[in-house]
Amino acid sequence: MLNRIISLIIKELLSVWRDKKSRMILIVPPILQLLVFSFAATLEVSNVSIGIINEDNGIISKRIEDRLIGTNIFSKIYHLQNKDAESFIDTEKGLVIIHFNQDFSRKVLNKETGNIQVIIDGRRSNSAQIVMGYISQIINQYNLDYMVQNNIQKSNSIVITRHWFNHNLEFRWFMVPALMAIISLMMGIVVTGLSIARERELGTFDQLMVSPIQPFEILIGKTVPGLIIGLAEATFLFLIIIFILQIPFRGSLLLLYISLFIFICSVLGFGLFISSISKTQQQAILGAFLFMPPAILLSGFATPIENMPSWLQPITLINPLRYFMAILRGLFFKDIPVEVVMTNLWPLIIISIITLTGASWFFKRRLE
Amino acid sequence: MNLFVILRRLRGLIYKETLQIFRDPSSLLIAFILPAIFLVLYGYGLSLDVKDIKLGIVMEDTAPTAQSLIRSFINSKYYDIHVDRSKKAFENQLISGKIKGILIIPQDFSKKLRNRGNIAPLQLITDGSDPNTAHLIQNYTQGVWQNWLVQESYIQSKNSAAGLINMESRVWFNSELKSSNTLIPGIIAIVMALVGTLLTALVIAREWERGTMESLMATPVSIVEIILGKIIPYFILGMTSMLITVLASILMFKIPFRGSIIWFLVLSSLFMFISLFLGLLISTVTKNQFVASMVSMVSAFLPTMILSGFLFEISSMPPVIRLISSIIPARYFISGIRTLFLAGDVPELFIFNSFIMFLLGLILFLITAKKTVKRLD
Repeated sequence: MLNRIISLIIKELLSVWRDKKSRMILIVPPILQLLVFSFAATLEVSNVSIGIINEDNGIISKRIEDRLIGTNIFSKIYHLQNKDAESFIDTEKGLVIIHFNQDFSRKVLNKETGNIQVIIDGRRSNSAQIVMGYISQIINQYNLDYMVQNNIQKSNSIVITRHWFNHNLEFRWFMVPALMAIISLMMGIVVTGLSIARERELGTFDQLMVSPIQPFEILIGKTVPGLIIGLAEATFLFLIIIFILQIPFRGSLLLLYISLFIFICSVLGFGLFISSISKTQQQAILGAFLFMPPAILLSGFATPIENMPSWLQPITLINPLRYFMAILRGLFFKDIPVEVVMTNLWPLIIISIITLTGASWFFKRRLE
Repeated sequence: MNLFVILRRLRGLIYKETLQIFRDPSSLLIAFILPAIFLVLYGYGLSLDVKDIKLGIVMEDTAPTAQSLIRSFINSKYYDIHVDRSKKAFENQLISGKIKGILIIPQDFSKKLRNRGNIAPLQLITDGSDPNTAHLIQNYTQGVWQNWLVQESYIQSKNSAAGLINMESRVWFNSELKSSNTLIPGIIAIVMALVGTLLTALVIAREWERGTMESLMATPVSIVEIILGKIIPYFILGMTSMLITVLASILMFKIPFRGSIIWFLVLSSLFMFISLFLGLLISTVTKNQFVASMVSMVSAFLPTMILSGFLFEISSMPPVIRLISSIIPARYFISGIRTLFLAGDVPELFIFNSFIMFLLGLILFLITAKKTVKRLD
């Protein structure tokens, strides 16, 4: 029996490896995705173009302008006339316009309140919000400095911020473990999920059927190669992350591999489940497509799960990616202890058991 | 060969393809069920509107000044505040991810704030493993604290608004800054890129697999006719799906549509053509459904999501990546459709977007025509 399973595993690995296209798909896209997306996926806002309409040209507005230019957020500054404002925003030349009225400096110097108008492009709401935050901080700081200088405020105060686990708040650190999880998920589904369906369509499945191999042996013969490929792929990505992208890994390697093993099992479970309930290759592909993009977007990889409406949050509980992503991010940067890993690991174990037994049940029923 | 013959052949091909669409449930499934499910899941699931960030405040100072500071934090709509006397419990919660930041008000805070010439420090610790939230906490905390300081000194000095600057902000097109207003047009682009690419990629790869493509090759029709005969029916199918998706998103998510239908049709047809050509190219090169579906995923779904400016600001990316993003068609489509939804017609922008999409489409078409040589390897 063991012999049969082993030869099945070898056959499966060879069939992936000998096909040039399958081989390419396992090697090239993961590397490209990891490298390109890890640099692209950033919610930071920098390098923004800003328009300034300065009808005032007084000393105070100059001071505020200098403070704005002094940050690295605004890269290009356009001095505009009033009439250009609309097309500047409309055509997406810039995200923000700051407008000083004619009497701005005079009012401030006369101890009245000076108003600055800030116009922001709401089509990009997240960036707009972040930029608005920056500008209001700059203005608030100006006010506080002014108050301290003029003895309105007796003493100064300061907020000292420290970012634990990622001192410089590098966004890439946040995305890279997530990308590793996403790519492992895609590869896992690709390798197993579609292999049964392909065999069925090519007719080689019938040849397996007439051989003395038992259904569960076939299932093992399909799962183990997936596990081997998945673990190898993830190790490969992990090495790129550590040595090329130079992102620190602070947690325990043992916990990483235990979690990785269980995560791949759950992904393979999903893949096998999808292909066991589909009759044609096309159905299996559609099933995989119905599963993968939602699993990726609803995993908390870019937008937090806590932001989702309450009816949707329970659906993410069956998403294996969600748990693995939490474990990976925790292990990479926080060195989370075993208890914290476990809270995310047991749902993965349950998902693996349910999907794998479900797959074998459908599989058997189909055979009979 | 005259135009009449070409048209007759094309009609025959289109007829054949249309029959195939209606008799095979999978293409209808891709065109209508897939977008519906994705629209609901993404439309509701993706949100950047932050509320109730869990922040722990360590209150080492219990003087009224400190209490008033804590009160202004509790009143802020961004935070879900937990107050404790010691730091220890919060630190563990920060590691396990139960809270996202800790604000420490030191013992001598109010004393230092009262005395002239002192600097009264507050300490903020954030969970840097989630940089976006950490950034937001830093900004919001700074904001709450600055406002509080200004208020406090007004009360103390009884001298208001003396030469201070006030910021009046106006947000155009999306005054409540709802993130769904900006994300939904992007979601439409992602879903349509996936649908368009998958439609042609899967169906034609299957023809290659089953050998029916060979029968087509044996007929006298030319490559361009074959390509057009495939593209036109799927274009109609894809555009129907696009219209339904747009209508559904207007109704479901209550986002405005301020532009004109004509511009919408121009921009979305160009985008749909590009997606279909991409699918065609993928199926021609791979000739295998399994590989084709994966390549579609890699080339249509992920780049559209990450490199198009839908979630991640293009200006913040490194120069090389910005260059790559400039050949992503979704980038131009999203810019256009987002403007159509929220701002209305901006012809200058639309002409630029359409022109680039036209160029990208033309390049794809030429590559596809070159790759679909009548040859059976």
